[in-house]
Amino acid sequence: MAENLKGTVGPEQQFKNFLSEGKFMIQRCKSLNKFFFHPRVAFPGSGERDLEWVEASGNGEVYSSSCNRRLSEKGGDFNLSLITLEEGPRMMARVEGIDPDKVEIGQKVKARISSLNGEPAVIFDIV
Amino acid sequence: MDQNDINRLRGKTAVVGLAESGCGLASGWSAMEIMASAVHDALDDAGIKLKEVDGVFAATAFHSMAAMSLSEYLGVKPKFADGSQIGGSSFLSHILTAAMALDAGLINVAVVAYGSNQKSAGGFKTISEAMPYEAQYQPRMPVTAYALSAKRYMNEFGATREDLANVAVSARDWALLNPRAYTHQDGPLTINDVLSARPIVDPLGKLDCCLVTDGGAAVVMTRSDRAKDTKNTPIYLLGAAMEHHHRMISEMPDLVQTSAIESGKRAFSMSGYNPNDMSTIQLYDAFTINTLLFLEDLGFCKKGEAKELVKNNNIGPAGNLKVNTNGGGLSCVHPGMYGLFVTLEALRQLRNASGDDVGQRLDGGWIDNAKLSVAHGNGGVLSSQVTNIWGVSDTL
Repeated sequence: MAENLKGTVGPEQQFKNFLSEGKFMIQRCKSLNKFFFHPRVAFPGSGERDLEWVEASGNGEVYSSSCNRRLSEKGGDFNLSLITLEEGPRMMARVEGIDPDKVEIGQKVKARISSLNGEPAVIFDIV
Repeated sequence: MDQNDINRLRGKTAVVGLAESGCGLASGWSAMEIMASAVHDALDDAGIKLKEVDGVFAATAFHSMAAMSLSEYLGVKPKFADGSQIGGSSFLSHILTAAMALDAGLINVAVVAYGSNQKSAGGFKTISEAMPYEAQYQPRMPVTAYALSAKRYMNEFGATREDLANVAVSARDWALLNPRAYTHQDGPLTINDVLSARPIVDPLGKLDCCLVTDGGAAVVMTRSDRAKDTKNTPIYLLGAAMEHHHRMISEMPDLVQTSAIESGKRAFSMSGYNPNDMSTIQLYDAFTINTLLFLEDLGFCKKGEAKELVKNNNIGPAGNLKVNTNGGGLSCVHPGMYGLFVTLEALRQLRNASGDDVGQRLDGGWIDNAKLSVAHGNGGVLSSQVTNIWGVSDTL
């Protein structure tokens, strides 16, 4: 399958393409019935390659959070969190719609597709 | 291969020379010039001629092929070189690789080196690529990663910013005893100083973060049979091990457990000694949270208990644990990648206790009768962990 990559794009570009279409997709290994993130060409650690894309539920929980201090003229403080998805994997993202220093571990969050610097991005809101 | 085969490296090599150069501010000096100066000084310290060097090990944030650039600059034609870049712990892994190459007979004299002019050249310097799936959120790396770990640590174990601040206060107390430390003249820190410092990435403020300085360092290694005949006290590599589990903080399996658990276990096992046998404990403290994590992960206390261990200045000069006795990355020196300075302090303490002149300290700055030191390096975002155990001859 990997011998000729012509005419296809890799999982990173596929993920971005899905985001551009308004879909937050994550990969699942069929034989293991396990989800993982970030996107890869094979399941990390054991190498299974029977992968499929599944639309994420968007439900998650804050695993950790930080308030990144930034001058107001450069956009002001912003939140940066690690989110554990309901499906199991973890990802970096921002939690918005709340003061950046008020995001707490364990809070339930929901994904939406927004944009950062002109690129589609997964952003989370407190549920 | 069983553990006995791996352990055959125990005590087979030693550091016979060391030096630092340009620590603090070295305006007008390039990273290469600082690094090469350290190499020449370390060779002078060892009493070994440059032309004998046949193994070169280096990594910097300024050179994509540091070992090659350094060899060329020195005018050395190495038979073996390694420029592996795993962040600030690179040098502790270079020491393991150098020991392997020396033991295998590929080389006879190895230099391990680092140099940086990041402070005089304008600030924190990195050649790290943008991380996919993270960069678009614009984390302030590496601080954001360590803040995420600190926040999780505080949540899981009920630790506070005061607990983190204890680490910075003790580090400064050591620096006050060390004339080489960047903050030697700056006076002591209080808990309140740390808590009220400018916030960088909550929960970490400016004084939870390491210094930004210039500086270079180098060590010279040989096989132990030759080391006996050099002019200084040889310090033997008794144990060394590494492990890493992630490159990006979003991929760290557990934010409060580092792979130092694995590197430490194997390095101590190779050495034949336990954490409690260590006379000095040198940990890569890029941020205050590091010291808590590494004290736990290397086995000085149980997970979640380091906040108790660092209370009442217990890791300061008057405390029971001699941790980061130079002042650490927090208060001594931190030129971008600190690993070789962790190593230097581990070695200097042992050499001083053996009677070598490795500089002056105020009373209490040198550890009496030091026989064993652990040097622990961290790289990336709590990513690569490398542990070295050093000992004097009667620990062999």
